[in-house]
Amino acid sequence: MGDENGVILRFEKLTKRFPGVLALDEVSFAIKRGEVHALVGENGAGKSTLIKIVTGVYQKTSGEIIFDGKPVHFLTPHEALRSGIAAIYQEFNLIPALTVAENIFMGHHFTRRNFIVDWAKMREEAQKLMEFLEVDIDVDARVRDLGVAKKQVVEIAKALSLNARVLIMDEPTATLAQKEIQGLFRIIRFLKSKGVTVIYISHRLEEIYEICDRVTVLRDGRYVGTRGVKEVTVDEIIRMMVGREVVEKFPRVAHQIGEEVLRVEGLTLHGVLENISFSVREREILGIAGMVGSGRTELLRAIYGLDPIDRGKIYVKGREVRIRSPLEAINHGIALLPEERKTQGLVLLLSVLDNLGLPLLPFLSNRGFVDDTKLTEVAQDMVEHMNIKTPSLLQKTMYLSGGNQQKVVLGKWFARNCDIYLFDEPTRGIDVGAKTEIYHLMNKLIERGSAIVMVSSELPEILAMSDRILVMREGRIMGELSREEATKETILQLALGRRDEYARVD
Amino acid sequence: MPGLTEENVPFVQRFFVFWDRVGILLAFLVVCVIFGALNPVFFNPLNILNVIRQVSIIGVIAVGMTFVILLGGIDLSVGSVVAFAGIIAAGFQVKWGGSLFLSVVVPLLIGGGIGFMNGFVSTKGQLHPFIVTLGSMSIFRGATLLVAQGKPISGMSPAFRFIGAGMVGPIPFPVILFLGCVIIAGMVLKRTVFGRYIYAIGGNEEAALLSGIMVERYKISAFTILGFLSGLSALILTSRLNSGELVAGQGYELDVIASVIIGGTSLMGGEGGVYGTLIGALLIGVVSNGLNLLGVQPYWQMIVKGMIVILAVLLDKLKRRFRTV
Repeated sequence: MGDENGVILRFEKLTKRFPGVLALDEVSFAIKRGEVHALVGENGAGKSTLIKIVTGVYQKTSGEIIFDGKPVHFLTPHEALRSGIAAIYQEFNLIPALTVAENIFMGHHFTRRNFIVDWAKMREEAQKLMEFLEVDIDVDARVRDLGVAKKQVVEIAKALSLNARVLIMDEPTATLAQKEIQGLFRIIRFLKSKGVTVIYISHRLEEIYEICDRVTVLRDGRYVGTRGVKEVTVDEIIRMMVGREVVEKFPRVAHQIGEEVLRVEGLTLHGVLENISFSVREREILGIAGMVGSGRTELLRAIYGLDPIDRGKIYVKGREVRIRSPLEAINHGIALLPEERKTQGLVLLLSVLDNLGLPLLPFLSNRGFVDDTKLTEVAQDMVEHMNIKTPSLLQKTMYLSGGNQQKVVLGKWFARNCDIYLFDEPTRGIDVGAKTEIYHLMNKLIERGSAIVMVSSELPEILAMSDRILVMREGRIMGELSREEATKETILQLALGRRDEYARVD
Repeated sequence: MPGLTEENVPFVQRFFVFWDRVGILLAFLVVCVIFGALNPVFFNPLNILNVIRQVSIIGVIAVGMTFVILLGGIDLSVGSVVAFAGIIAAGFQVKWGGSLFLSVVVPLLIGGGIGFMNGFVSTKGQLHPFIVTLGSMSIFRGATLLVAQGKPISGMSPAFRFIGAGMVGPIPFPVILFLGCVIIAGMVLKRTVFGRYIYAIGGNEEAALLSGIMVERYKISAFTILGFLSGLSALILTSRLNSGELVAGQGYELDVIASVIIGGTSLMGGEGGVYGTLIGALLIGVVSNGLNLLGVQPYWQMIVKGMIVILAVLLDKLKRRFRTV
């Protein structure tokens, strides 16, 4: 099919208008056949909208999409798939109870006489795909028994089984371990060598340099520019994304560290946490590093009273406390910012006002009746203080961008004035600008005299913001590093436990 | 974001709020107008009051069910609770001394107690309330037969008869009870911490728990309120029938749940309210009444009701789909 300069997909003045929001504003650019093309931008920049239009989930308002030289308009994801455009989202589209082979050929089972499932043929074809991708996955295994990385490979195989020529990957590395990321990159390079075009969406800019050929930046629904990755620096990309110079990525402010506020002694949760002891003081940020699954999240949950502990003691301000529910934790001055803001942090159906009010209502009420005037005042104050961008207090939180959602979750605890803040991945999946704002807010909490325990998978963040760092592995604390001792290498060494492995990862 | 202004962003939401509140009201009015046109008796004030009075027996329970469904729960035992509380009320009236106080208070407490147990077992045992209340449904139908020894208990005192058959001026007393429940529940849901937390838990239980809300306590409370109101409904019914009947309340769970769902409260929890339930209950009452007046065989009523329920759930589904796109 004829197309100019090897272009496979071209957007011309693509526009998408939601009621009240212009999500895409005359976006025009082209993606070349066989390249790995990064799409970056802050949350709310229009990346998701763009791919959802390409894959037929949303319908465009105006403009053109030219695929393989012809204008296309997909009404359903199914139509896009049949034409050779597949997308892999962060939430996989797999059926856990079925086998790998069945999942790969879901919707186009091999059959005999159009009626009986041809298992042998299906397994054989699935096996071929696995061999093609050079991965070792049992095609008879149930998908629920696979890890995240293998599930992702199944998704890729599913797309290939439909002869996908354009593969869109939304934050594919967000939930992968370092080693698995390398495996994914190998597959992406391999697909590229076979002529498959990959559109790669990620917040991790360093990955883009490793795997992508070109990068397109969107901002506020508009096209900012496309660059070859060899001709652009990280700072330039960030400038394009935020539209201004980001002066300091990690605005850490050192403070006079005060009295101990939280001490954990010998905390044990059989099979999950083993003999954990540590303490944290006023105006101190204690970082907790470690691989996914090392027990970091579980430690915060245990302190917060979500999972009953088998052994161990918790002291708040020198007094031993027993915490059996989040409410008791809160009453002892402990707040938790959970890992997943959409499923754990917010009630998406409710407004900014109602979400901010959740932990505050008992204080903003009179004999059980909510004092709406006071609540509105406090919420308005928070929205200004936290710089939450929302058209009104009554906006449902489901319509806010990721960064603003996270600020709402932070805001409800900010207003509650706690002594100890447990942060679980406070900046996951939010954009550069919003990240810096979250760090500023952490500084404000420290200034107020609070202590922060921060779990994070982002090493630069944990290195820059923490006063001390604990490293966990397999439910144990492997070591404590002072700010001076801590480097990427020393952390990974403790987190992985083996020198050779860490060497390979870096 | 470009084009983001105060006025135009919440438009979608405003549309759905409008549709949520007024869509069902419009449907209700259209149905009324059709029945009125087909048979003028329909708009006779006496008939209208009659409809509301009939509805109040179901409606009082539906108010409680709104709380439970807002939390993402369900209760199938309400019909059996009505029968059991009713037979106890009749027992106190006729067999066990005839005390008006006991025949009113004990059934209410029993209703509340059963609701508490339903809530307690399903939350603490982490069982789906569907299955727990399916069990209670059978337990209390059986308990009713046991207490009554297979025979209805009839002959209430005039004071007790007032609950279901009395009039305050031109208005039947049950109507006052029903509308009173609606208004109080509406206020609780909108203005109290309890009500706000119901929506928060229904919308996202985990986020609510992490915000320090005692989720289990609220769930148990909602079931208790529902049980209590089922007890109240039992008083109205027993009083009105002048008898504790063995088959009382049979099939009520359908009408009650239908009222709530038709009224726009989502089975997924977190969205809806008691004013919708009021309209939902009235719509069901009006359809029954209208079909009666038109001389349609009563068997058709069940068929029509079932279809309305499915239609209501379908609309809820569509609403959610439009919202995400």
